[in-house]
Amino acid sequence: MKSNGAQILINSLQSEEVEYIFGFPGGAVLHIYDALDTQDEIIHVLVRHEQGAAHAADGYARASGKPGVVLVTSGPGITNAVTGIATAHMDSIPMVVISGQVPSPLIGMDAFQEVDATGITRSCVKHNFLVRDINEIASTVKKAFHIATTGRPGPVVIDIPKDITIEQITPKSYPKEIEMRSYKPTVKASNRQIKKAAELILNSQRPIIYSGGGCVIGNASNELREFTRMSGFPITQTLMGLGAYPGSDELSLGMLGMHGTYESNMAMYGADCVIAIGARFDDRITGNLDKFCPNAKFIHVDIDPSQISKNVVADIPIVGQVKQVLEVLNEELKDKKLQDISKWWSQINSWREVDSLAYRKKSGVIKPQTVIETLYEVTKGEAIVTSDVGQHQMWAAQYYMFDEPRRWINSGGLGTMGFGLPAAMGAKLAMPEKDVACVTGEGSIQMMTQELSTMLQYSTPVKIINLNNGYLGMVRQWQEFFYDKRYAMSYMDALPDFVKLAESYGHMGILVEKEADLKPAMLEAFKQKERTVFVDIKTDPTENVFPMIPAGGAHCDMLLAGRDEMVSKDETDLNAV
Amino acid sequence: MRHIISVLLENETGALSRVSGLFSQRGFNIESLTVAQTNDPGLSRMTIVSTGNDRVLEQIVKQLNKLIEVVKVSDLTSQDHVERELMLVKVCPTSKDELDIKQLVDIFSCKIVDVTEKTYTIEISGKTKKINAFLNALDSAIIMEVSRTGVTGISRGKKAILK
Repeated sequence: MKSNGAQILINSLQSEEVEYIFGFPGGAVLHIYDALDTQDEIIHVLVRHEQGAAHAADGYARASGKPGVVLVTSGPGITNAVTGIATAHMDSIPMVVISGQVPSPLIGMDAFQEVDATGITRSCVKHNFLVRDINEIASTVKKAFHIATTGRPGPVVIDIPKDITIEQITPKSYPKEIEMRSYKPTVKASNRQIKKAAELILNSQRPIIYSGGGCVIGNASNELREFTRMSGFPITQTLMGLGAYPGSDELSLGMLGMHGTYESNMAMYGADCVIAIGARFDDRITGNLDKFCPNAKFIHVDIDPSQISKNVVADIPIVGQVKQVLEVLNEELKDKKLQDISKWWSQINSWREVDSLAYRKKSGVIKPQTVIETLYEVTKGEAIVTSDVGQHQMWAAQYYMFDEPRRWINSGGLGTMGFGLPAAMGAKLAMPEKDVACVTGEGSIQMMTQELSTMLQYSTPVKIINLNNGYLGMVRQWQEFFYDKRYAMSYMDALPDFVKLAESYGHMGILVEKEADLKPAMLEAFKQKERTVFVDIKTDPTENVFPMIPAGGAHCDMLLAGRDEMVSKDETDLNAV
Repeated sequence: MRHIISVLLENETGALSRVSGLFSQRGFNIESLTVAQTNDPGLSRMTIVSTGNDRVLEQIVKQLNKLIEVVKVSDLTSQDHVERELMLVKVCPTSKDELDIKQLVDIFSCKIVDVTEKTYTIEISGKTKKINAFLNALDSAIIMEVSRTGVTGISRGKKAILK
């Protein structure tokens, strides 16, 4: 029996066990939608904007570990999705995006809704394909899923001209395996390098584990826990890595970098051995590279060879899957005697006493930090929390202790405002039994409010925690510190009534203006198991995120809350440790 | 430092723009780039001349390897190799220059491949330095146009890019 290209595509997606497609129809993909309509294995989620589709697929992928799938039409369909694709690319999220293209004979003729989709997405995907032949649809889908999910994961775009979806052939069975001579992601790390790393670890006096998103994406949380507990080393996690190691554990120093804790950054500055696991030495982590970890030797474990020695030269590079590397390393270190690092711990504990996340409450205003602490308390630390981008993102990362991986979902690399709400919808579809909260601000949420409509249609009850301070807070903070308090365009007039907005979309809205109402409002919101609740919380408009390392500063140059002067502990005598 | 990088990649549409896009996106420098199909019609070979310190070169090689269609990357500069560039140059000498041109063609062992009443077209191949020297030796006033291929190269001896 013959099938058309659209049916072959949908059958291929079924073979890949796709549960959800997030998409929006249009001329070039009408045949694909027609084929989707005749089956019920895959559920299509009709978003309200293609950027929302990409973010929702991304949230689904981050929460479940499975690739997210997006379907958009040609032209504006794919260009709208680009921000979401770039977001997934920067954070190494497995995603397959299918975009319609104008019919093959019209390509290059400036046809209606034509853009060069592979050209536009080239620099923000792991790979992309333009399918030229109906016989290549199935193998291309197979390759796309293989590439998206192996090695360092990432988004793959498949652009399919409309005529290819109409053409008919007798299809072959879906390929079980695919062999690509040009793509062989490294999987097994060199044992010799791991032995060298073990030797350095055994001899270090002031070690620190610096773990990143690779431990979450690479499902290496258990191995990381074993390594950390066996060694008794302090661990600091990046924004992307939070939860791989429990944030509430005593060995955890919290997040590091620009808004990291005092103890994390000082320990990085003072360390003699930095064990970087699935992290990429991003500029928001390192600050000034010339003053970054001045006394340390670096062990760097990453699946992507191009990350090693890109920003910081690794003394012991290990290319491999973090999970496998840690398994071998743990075996290597078993029953070996480590150095006594009690002096190092007492130094770290004295940094901890600075209590860098302390903040002063003011009567009459709700502190944003209190909101996150309340959210943590009400959800018992067990919710999946997505966020948008800005101050609220940093407060969520600092004050919500993530004890499990895949609970903290945010756009760390690209920093995409508007990510939080659709990502929460995707996460809720992936984990329907979990509470999902979207921590956002009045600036970010307005970039994606249309998805409230999708959330009603597909019953994805999410709790939106809106830290409404009336400012684009992170912009305002930088203007306060670095632009003599000239607040250019960081204040938004004419905000909507978010309660009414939520209600108009069929959801529930709660306005919170007093701290006393905060906890009851959150309890009420999470009691509503079947409904999306928008909790609009008026927070202190002048609050800033601390600690802070100004861009280009060193880890020892931190601004702390309630202090006018920069705290510099450069003079700490580390040799005494 | 100048490096000659050989890249073997799948002969597919878009592969060239992936490579050139990578160089512009990451701010790597390209002095020249040549590409053509190899004896295996499924594979293209690209030769890129770039400059940068060791760390930049390491990143170039790693980033090229990361492209899905790239099969093999090799830095020819680090091994014994042969490199060649070909140039076609069209000149319009006055009658008194003609003798000079013929002498230069002899000295540089190049060929005159086309002659008209008023023009000569000369073909020269060799290392970039030789081609530059030939171009400098010509009177710039008589040069009508120049077309250079950019450098291509191959390693000496038993070693081959895939073996």
